[in-house]
Amino acid sequence: MSALLSVRGLSVVFDGFTAIDGVDLTVEQGELRFLIGPNGAGKTTLIDVITGLTRPAAGTVRFGEQDLVGRREHEIVRLGVGRTFQTSVVFGELTVAENLDLAASFRRPLWSLARRRRGISEAVAEALATTGLAELAERPARVLSHGQRQWLEIGMLLAQRPRLLLLDEPVAGMSLEERSRTGELLTEIARDHTVIVVEHDMDFLRRYASQVTVLHEGRVLTEGSVAEIRADPRVQEVYLGRARREAKDVVG
Amino acid sequence: MSGTDMSVVTEVPDPVRMPPERPSWRTRLRGPAVFAAVAVLALVVAPLLLEPFRLGLLAKYLVYAIVALGIALAWGQGGMLVLGQGVFFGLGGYAMGMYLKLTEAQGGLPDFMVWSGVETLPALWTPFANPFFALAMVVVGPVALALVLGTLVFRQRVRGAYFAILTQALAAAFVILLIGQQGLTGGTNGLTNFFELFGQDLALDSTQRGLYLAVVVVLGLLYLGTRQLVNSRFGRLLVAVRDGEDRVRFLGYDPATVKTVTFAISAGMAGLAGAFFVPVVGIISPALLGVVPSLELVVAVAVGGRYALAGAVLGAVVMGYAKTIFSEQFAGGWLYLQGALFILVMTLAPKGLLGLLRRRKEVAR
Amino acid sequence: MEAIVNQLPIGLSIGAVLLLIALGLTFTFGQMGVINMAHGEFIMAGAYTAYLLQGWAGGQAVLVALPVAFAVAGLMGLILERTAIRHFYGRPLDTLLLTWGVSLVLQQLARDLFGAPNVQVQAPGWLQGGIGIMPYNRMFILALAIGSVVAIWAYMNRSGQGRRMQAVMQNRRLAATSGIDTGRVDMRTFFIGSGLAGVAGVALTLIGPVGPALGTYYIVDAFLVVVAGGLGQLRGAVIAAAALGLLNSYAEFWSDASLAKVIVFGVIVAFLQFRPQGLFVVRSRALT
Repeated sequence: MSALLSVRGLSVVFDGFTAIDGVDLTVEQGELRFLIGPNGAGKTTLIDVITGLTRPAAGTVRFGEQDLVGRREHEIVRLGVGRTFQTSVVFGELTVAENLDLAASFRRPLWSLARRRRGISEAVAEALATTGLAELAERPARVLSHGQRQWLEIGMLLAQRPRLLLLDEPVAGMSLEERSRTGELLTEIARDHTVIVVEHDMDFLRRYASQVTVLHEGRVLTEGSVAEIRADPRVQEVYLGRARREAKDVVG
Repeated sequence: MSGTDMSVVTEVPDPVRMPPERPSWRTRLRGPAVFAAVAVLALVVAPLLLEPFRLGLLAKYLVYAIVALGIALAWGQGGMLVLGQGVFFGLGGYAMGMYLKLTEAQGGLPDFMVWSGVETLPALWTPFANPFFALAMVVVGPVALALVLGTLVFRQRVRGAYFAILTQALAAAFVILLIGQQGLTGGTNGLTNFFELFGQDLALDSTQRGLYLAVVVVLGLLYLGTRQLVNSRFGRLLVAVRDGEDRVRFLGYDPATVKTVTFAISAGMAGLAGAFFVPVVGIISPALLGVVPSLELVVAVAVGGRYALAGAVLGAVVMGYAKTIFSEQFAGGWLYLQGALFILVMTLAPKGLLGLLRRRKEVAR
Repeated sequence: MEAIVNQLPIGLSIGAVLLLIALGLTFTFGQMGVINMAHGEFIMAGAYTAYLLQGWAGGQAVLVALPVAFAVAGLMGLILERTAIRHFYGRPLDTLLLTWGVSLVLQQLARDLFGAPNVQVQAPGWLQGGIGIMPYNRMFILALAIGSVVAIWAYMNRSGQGRRMQAVMQNRRLAATSGIDTGRVDMRTFFIGSGLAGVAGVALTLIGPVGPALGTYYIVDAFLVVVAGGLGQLRGAVIAAAALGLLNSYAEFWSDASLAKVIVFGVIVAFLQFRPQGLFVVRSRALT
């Protein structure tokens, strides 16, 4: 199997501050990859670079045969890379079905959009079923709860039918029940999609992750299975050691 | 700037309401019924009841309503505050005016050129002797300018207040240009003294009545077309761009294209309105299309209700009448009233008159 | 060559006036997300202040008027902020329209109080004449602007109030949770910004007549300074104002007055192709 996403030597600098420093990342077709790391490790920045929101100072991002660096955000989406955001952004004035329909329609030529939407397309119906939002289809998205919004956002991502899905902290701020529902959703999606999930909830990671990449201070600290990662002393140092050191600083 | 624009997308969720019932045939027919009633009023009753002078005024307000419709599309639906629609209105108006002047001059020079000592017809004017060219330019000119400006500005993600300020600066510059190019544009006086349109005497009541009816029909068609657009996928996309431009990019659309197209449509409508204005009112001049007249139309849309197309039409007619009545009675008072009205609408009823009407109905139910 | 030199004082002094006007706009826009169209009428208020003081201070009216106009325009701004604008923070388009209504009312008020025709304010005798190509009155305006910028810079960077203002501008919520009374800071910003517009109005009496619509001639250009300079940026505003003032006067000189504005507009749009957010930008990582 060939790599679907291949990031090489990536560096990102914000006004002199190096957020990402020489990161390599390879994701195979069909993989479910978790990106973890403490705050400021560069997880979201990495996603931002892949999706065109941030320009790198150096390095390449290859998606299949295409180079992604320098392309505009919507062009990258059109190549088949979709993402969600930490704080879900759905269109409150539109209904759930309209939100999904917009996500599903971007491949249509612009002039054909001048027609009214009739009924619910296959992609939208699928997304409604997968996310369990079918009953809310005709409600404006602004009435959704936080969890439902995240699911709608994941549903919009599915309706886009992307080849690579990037989820940025999908369970942040969710209740326990919503978390496990999202975990099931993720497992289901990962069955036939390539997915990268940014998450720093360790419990969620233990339950749903297989392959994990650990970022720390803008570099790849290590990669491996969940078990390997958990056993790695460096990862423990990063997650626990810093807390210990900081505690000592305060006391000393 | 940018941060605040996006935050409106996710509002605090209302308590989940009961699922909407299917609208009954009564509610579904209400829209078309109101439209039909207004159409009958405008096409049959008004020409019968109103004396020619009043009918002419109504025609003028309805011409403004065409511009207002475009503003409601760009601003209410698309979030683009267009403060320079006068420019497009003017381009349409001058194209029409130039054609009328040239037909009357019958191969000679228009009167004002003779007065300002111009000896040969400027090259810019010559093609406007052709009615097809002139009528095409009424829409093509404004649309082309809006496409160029929109592409340059929206592709660079200049938006919100920045865009509004740029359109206003354009209106200011356009007026100064028109005034300065005396020999080409008629300067401050603009183009006036029109006598006939397509062989019809403009001074005749029957011609004016015909013009009025044409304005009503065009406004009605544009209203229906705009409504169709607003209800289409494109319309949904436009609302999405308004509420979260950056998010729309990640749905695979280029917001710049959506905005540019919408801006161009609203410009085209303003151009068309300008072309009607010329024979209806009998003049086109810089004072009619600068910063203030452009803003006044935005005010009218806000007063009527920017989120509804019907509100824009209503606002244009109401404000037009109000202006006529109040400036007839007490000249300076109008500015106080307009300013006060605007402050009140913005603070108390951001959804305008139509918003108030609808809310009353909801309370009554 | 001679023309280049001769136009310099005109361009620079226009730039100086634009700067005085734009400072208030850029800070209220950057800090509170409001666009104040009535800002132009604060200029007018400043100019009429000088006109009214003429009866009492005679030839020295301009000097006396500077602090008075600052206070008058500042108070007007303060009242406007407290009564109306405050409720519209972060909604620039709504404030733009709201304050335009205010602007209409103020213009009509001026027309009723002072009459529609323009009035003149007599410049003090010691501002007649000049050195070489530089008339004293334009030098005075330039000095006024430079002094104001230095004062604003010192205020923002050397005083506690100014630092709190910068904090609110960069992150209102964080500033509020750190115990800064943002309402107070907003009031101060509005007062100072509006006051500077009043000062600009006094300056304008030195180079032209005063009328009820005085503000409308400068407000659009001042907004362009904000657009080109970048939001809430002192450096950006200074450079953009100078550039716009010079561009205006040179474009007027080499083409003609009617084309100059179109040229300026074209240059601004072209400039935005390279710097869409203006000369200086505060970068933030937040998804807009």
